Amino acid sequence: MPKSNLERLLNQGEFTVTAEIGPPKSADPEIIHEHAKMLKGYVDAANLTDCQTAIVRISSIASAYHCMAEGFEPIIQMTCRDRNRIAMQADILGAYSMGIRNILCLSGDHQKFGNHPTAKNVHDIDSIQLINMCKRMRDDEEFACGEKFKSGAPKDLFIGCAANPFADPFEWRVMRLEKKINAGAQFVQTQCIFDMERFAKFMEMYCERGLHERAKLTAGVTPIKALGAAKYMAKNVAGMIVPDSLIERLEKANKEGGKDAVREEGVNICVEQIKQLKEMKGVAGIHIMAIAWEDIVPSLVERAGLLPRPAVKE
Amino acid sequence: MIVTEQKPMEFIEELIKDCKKVLFLGCSGCVTVCLAGGEKETDLLATSLRMKREIEGNPLETVTYTCTRQCDPEYVDGIANLVEDVDAIVSLACGVGVQFVAEKYNTKWVVPAQNTKFAGGAVEHGVWEERCGLCGDCVLHKTGGICPIIRCSKSILNGPCGGSQYGKCEVSKDTDCAWHLIVEHMKELGKLDMLLEIQPPKDWSASRDGGPRKVVREDVKIDA
Repeated sequence: MPKSNLERLLNQGEFTVTAEIGPPKSADPEIIHEHAKMLKGYVDAANLTDCQTAIVRISSIASAYHCMAEGFEPIIQMTCRDRNRIAMQADILGAYSMGIRNILCLSGDHQKFGNHPTAKNVHDIDSIQLINMCKRMRDDEEFACGEKFKSGAPKDLFIGCAANPFADPFEWRVMRLEKKINAGAQFVQTQCIFDMERFAKFMEMYCERGLHERAKLTAGVTPIKALGAAKYMAKNVAGMIVPDSLIERLEKANKEGGKDAVREEGVNICVEQIKQLKEMKGVAGIHIMAIAWEDIVPSLVERAGLLPRPAVKE
Repeated sequence: MIVTEQKPMEFIEELIKDCKKVLFLGCSGCVTVCLAGGEKETDLLATSLRMKREIEGNPLETVTYTCTRQCDPEYVDGIANLVEDVDAIVSLACGVGVQFVAEKYNTKWVVPAQNTKFAGGAVEHGVWEERCGLCGDCVLHKTGGICPIIRCSKSILNGPCGGSQYGKCEVSKDTDCAWHLIVEHMKELGKLDMLLEIQPPKDWSASRDGGPRKVVREDVKIDA
């Protein structure tokens, strides 16, 4: 199996587009097949979340398998919440053996927010340690304990991490991302960006430290579907900043044309953001998190002028 | 200290409903300091249950005593005369005390009256907070004296995670983000650079792994 397409496209200097597919809370993979078919040709790869918000769903690795059945490239998310280092390494080997190359290493949402708030969390290792564990498995051909692989190391693993420029303490955020890159992260996906000013500041610091030359940062965007959702995110979602000016635009649309106008304005805002991000130094692509609005992604990509998607040069 | 919280009286009442005579055994150690199982609380619990049983027409004879420490055999051994004729012992000590008592008086029904919560201290009068995860491998020298193992909800050693905002943890607006505190404190100390070092996976074998942990001091052991 070759290297990941995402890795090759980023190394080619293409402005990549990735999206997110949330696996279902059932054993029925149909929705994953549907989303993979829908996104094919519009995005370069898609994240399969790992029990996002701590709710039990089809595992990210099994979901990735269903994506690949559609000829579509997956990025598996792996959180530190539910497994110790033994289980995680076993899953990394298993995923790789099935042809999965892209892995996004995360600490994971706390179980308090999910459907099993009384579960015992694990957090044996943290996201930076997970990144480094992947790198050592790949480059040093050794397990976390130091034991060497006899054969079959996951030598083409493409290791990613998340960054949240909107969490605190702000100045530390770039330093923490630097730690992730030092640990072995090759690509970065950021939290949803609504506050462009703060993100621009973050990117300045990122480039000043030369990190744009060491890892590929893709900027997270979310098309807002409803006014309520925007207000909820602004108030209740930890680590997210939604500026008042954006809420005001959606409120105006709501007054003038109701829900449909809000949706339209939501897409307008997102398209504008993508165009701005594309011009920003150090941004290597975008990552679309269309939470509960996945079917908007193709037209969003089209309107942002990101079609046709580039091919990997042999 | 070990911080405990008394179980509901109804819970204890149910467990000893068939007993006629019960020893209520307090502890002068940690549970006295956190106002959960000292002399005062022991007397109050015994009196309340005795009165309730009297009203219900099922009288209960109570004996109360407060040990210096239930986690030391020498003090537990010393109450043999009180234990002799009771049907049950309600221990108001932490989980350690309950086990020492149950082990020593193994023919008696020993009931825990507390939920043993954590290792912590009083942050204000009437408020106790967990401060140590008892992980057996202290990292406080790397984190400005703030424990990420227990005070970070994800025990992150290379924090803070993406859920930290306005100095608070994603889990609750009432919980400080330990890593926010660590970063700010290390900055004040001029040691922020120390946090750039990647901390490797923790050796949890010093923690809850492999049965009960032991500390042995050969120099103070008394050989038989």
